[in-house]
Amino acid sequence: MKLLKFLLLGTLFGIVMAKSEAFSWFRIQEMFRFQAFHMYGIIGTAVTLGVIGVGLIKKYNLRDVKGNPIQFYPKDKSTMRYLIGGTIFGLGWALSGACPGPMVVNIGYGYIAMIVVFLFAIVGTYLYGAIKDKLPH
Amino acid sequence: MLEFIQQPWTWWVSGALISAIMFLLIFFGQSFGFSANLRTICSAAGGGKFVKFFDFNWRSQIWNLVFLIGAVLGGFIASQFLSDGNPVQISENTISDLSKLGISAPTSAQPDELFSIESLFTLKGFLILAIGGLMVGFGSRYAGGCTSGHAISGLSDLQLPSLIAVIGFFIGGLLMTFVLLPLIL
Repeated sequence: MKLLKFLLLGTLFGIVMAKSEAFSWFRIQEMFRFQAFHMYGIIGTAVTLGVIGVGLIKKYNLRDVKGNPIQFYPKDKSTMRYLIGGTIFGLGWALSGACPGPMVVNIGYGYIAMIVVFLFAIVGTYLYGAIKDKLPH
Repeated sequence: MLEFIQQPWTWWVSGALISAIMFLLIFFGQSFGFSANLRTICSAAGGGKFVKFFDFNWRSQIWNLVFLIGAVLGGFIASQFLSDGNPVQISENTISDLSKLGISAPTSAQPDELFSIESLFTLKGFLILAIGGLMVGFGSRYAGGCTSGHAISGLSDLQLPSLIAVIGFFIGGLLMTFVLLPLIL
């Protein structure tokens, strides 16, 4: 039952991705062409509320449900891995119109072809793991 | 009420709900990062025997796999019960630009030219989906996160690496949209 809350949150996430149309290839194209505010509004709202909430958690040293202090771990300092990795991600995002979350939402929605995108995303992740020591980080 | 929910949800409702999902995951002692599941799946499939990067205790990530299953379920619920059946309402400019690339105006959420079963069974159609997925999977792990981990969670914590990653997302996205897609489609 400990896992049920994650199933429900995932379900809500899937519904939001579909109902906000953020899972649509068309919406991602519209975003990269700067032809509508929609996607920027979604991400902008989430980040604005996120910044406020994270700030409050830090200011009041809030704890999670288990009573542990909530901690945010700074990501490794680097430029290359984020810039190169991010660029490769962006190329794939604009081509397939889906980042990893929306891929599986599409599968549930009935876009069976998205299974291919998701399977190759797993292959891509494996490929990264296999050659990561040879890449600039 | 149902009719209201069946319309597309406006941006600020959607953004606020995504933020709420992130904070609930944080309060449940976890964090919002979807692409970590791709690494977990590699590990659960036995990848750790061949590649050290996948040799970790993937069972500690089962909560995120359950979240993934929920996301599939959410997509199903949205299409079966919460859809008004209308195509996505994208801007006229986008429809006009895409028509020049041979993508017709939306009739649903995804273009038939790319996501129909007929297209999937052509070499070009298959390669577009496969290479797109490959780059998303490779790039998200290389950058250490995807839209949820960097653009939402990382930016919410004002982390510079996440800002650099998001700038990368846009360099790649713009390059694909304006330079490569016209050559591919």
